[in-house]
Amino acid sequence: MSDGVVSKVSVVRKALTGAQAAAEVMRQVEPDVVAAYPITPQTPIVQEFAQFVADGLVNTEMIQVESEHSALSAVVGAAMSGARAMTATSSQGLALMWEVVAIASSMRLPIVMNIVNRAISAPLNIHCDHSDAMAIRDLGWIMLFSENPQEVYHNNIVAFRIGEHPDVFLPVAVNQDGFITSHCVEAVDVFEDSFVKNFVGEYKAPYNILDFDNPISAGEWAMPSHYFEFRVDMKKAMDRSVGVIEKVFEEFYKETGVKMDFFEAYKTEDAEIVFVVMNSTAGTIRYVVDKLREKGKKVGVIKVRVYRPFVVEKFLELIPSAKFIAVMDRALSIGTTGSPLYQDITSGLFANKRIVLVNDYIYGLGGRDFTDDDAYEMYEHAEYSLKEGISGQIVYVGLNPNLLGR
Amino acid sequence: MATVDIKKFQVNLNPTWCPGCGDYGLLRGLQTALAKLDLDPSEIVIVSGIGCSSNLPHFIKAYGYHSLHGRALPTAQGVKMVNPRLTVIAAGGDGDGYGIGVGHLVHACRRNIDITYIVMDNQIYGLTTGQTSPTSDVGSKTKTSPDGNYEYPLNPILLAISSGATFVARTFSGEPEHMADIIVKAIQHKGFALIDDISPCVTYNKKNTYQWFKERVYKLEDIGHDPYDINQAIQRATEWEDKIPIGIFYINPDKPSYDQLDPVIREGGMFAKPEITEDEKKEILNQFL
Repeated sequence: MSDGVVSKVSVVRKALTGAQAAAEVMRQVEPDVVAAYPITPQTPIVQEFAQFVADGLVNTEMIQVESEHSALSAVVGAAMSGARAMTATSSQGLALMWEVVAIASSMRLPIVMNIVNRAISAPLNIHCDHSDAMAIRDLGWIMLFSENPQEVYHNNIVAFRIGEHPDVFLPVAVNQDGFITSHCVEAVDVFEDSFVKNFVGEYKAPYNILDFDNPISAGEWAMPSHYFEFRVDMKKAMDRSVGVIEKVFEEFYKETGVKMDFFEAYKTEDAEIVFVVMNSTAGTIRYVVDKLREKGKKVGVIKVRVYRPFVVEKFLELIPSAKFIAVMDRALSIGTTGSPLYQDITSGLFANKRIVLVNDYIYGLGGRDFTDDDAYEMYEHAEYSLKEGISGQIVYVGLNPNLLGR
Repeated sequence: MATVDIKKFQVNLNPTWCPGCGDYGLLRGLQTALAKLDLDPSEIVIVSGIGCSSNLPHFIKAYGYHSLHGRALPTAQGVKMVNPRLTVIAAGGDGDGYGIGVGHLVHACRRNIDITYIVMDNQIYGLTTGQTSPTSDVGSKTKTSPDGNYEYPLNPILLAISSGATFVARTFSGEPEHMADIIVKAIQHKGFALIDDISPCVTYNKKNTYQWFKERVYKLEDIGHDPYDINQAIQRATEWEDKIPIGIFYINPDKPSYDQLDPVIREGGMFAKPEITEDEKKEILNQFL
């Protein structure tokens, strides 16, 4: 808890993994329907929740479907029929869901889905990177990222308020790093159930295909005369979500004393070199920033909490002194100039007529370990790049060149 | 059983399966069958899905592809269509073949393409550490059904017969010699063969254990079952819980396989080099002269 705001909410400190933290919010919110399929490293979320169902702690219909495609389809069906519905997945599961991911957002269904980030096949790999989430980044989902189990917990609570707001009506994906966050136990401050229930509130569905007084059909044909407008409507809803997220974060802060923001800056006010990072690696970078500051280096870090909508103007306000940005992408875009986060930042800089040198540091693919030593090396590379005026370089951190093909 | 040398199908790699896993029995049975058929590793392709059992291609010396969850069958069919002279074996678990990939099973049966599909059925999701699967018995307690599963299991034998498979059998990892003989017949069979292998999960399935099966399994050949009679096959396929038949349920030797019907595959596939006589060569040349 921070900034001297005294929380009105009573809190119990529990030892939870990231997966359990997500399941804990699911227990407190008590969605009407949960449909899921096992996949590593997501499985502990729905497994934990299945125990809550069996123990009678929640009044939720839970379906053990036969695939992730079926999981999100069942959730879409439930949401269309007026239910608050949830699922969770990882990697190949999200890839298999892809067409339904697009359906959920374009049907404007405020589903909340936990994504435990994992590399995409082939070769088969169950460890963390962000390739899975990045493959859905343009589909109209609000995307929140979590550094640790505590943030998984907070992000899940606000997710409902954001997605279900009538100005928005878009699904929300809450991301956490596979194994690193999902399977590691940390202390998590859990709010009392009544607070979470009240804060999230009663579910008011955007529409209900079972409403006999106002019968509608959904997902029908939209010819070239109408389709375009549906897409632009989604874009406008995403734009409106910015104001909604601001208000929800503010209310959350007032109630709990917990500050959340689109981008969370650490020592960036006077920083000339700024790291940008998502999810669990943020902790490592903050530690390294402290060490480098001790040596008098003007360095800071920005953690991306809200990745969609990506409000680059808010990002730019946080880096008034930046001369060099070291973007850290835990996903590799193949066939273009840089990876997803790099593209979001560089296009934002250009559009805002801000000239800053930027390199894209690709790290941690398929769970490749990223340590503070890697971060120091990255910093040295960034410092050298700034001195030499290098920009636009894609740098692979921790790559073993001996293993590369031709 | 005559001893066969399975060394040529062994690799210097220890399986990742738990000690006592039924999949060891299947691995042994399959290696024995391949040796009995006197095949060479270069003539065999094993395509698997995702799951504990789908790690199989790592542990057997043959061409292998570890594909996506549920997608062993379409991939294996692709391989077979390009080079029908290969012995193509698809493998995986019950979650893979009867859950996420069940749509492919139905169509591979219908198509009756000449591949052998082995499902190591442990009635649970093992790799994700124990959740309800499409073949979990009613009442089974798993991590996703702590108060007992109340969904009815799928019957893979009935499904395969009704979908048009022309060789349908069940084996038991506790009977590897019996299994090897059945795998030999399945591979020799011209058409789609399903082998549902009872492969107990010793770690997560506390109900359907080796002991549980040993008290229940009996061999179809011991009771004079006629696998060429579809009615008998269907009758036997409905048995479970009290008595569990293993052996060959059903063979249909009359339905042509996809390979026999498709004109390109029938002639050896798209990369087969047709034999051309000297006279035919002259005739072709004369067309251009």
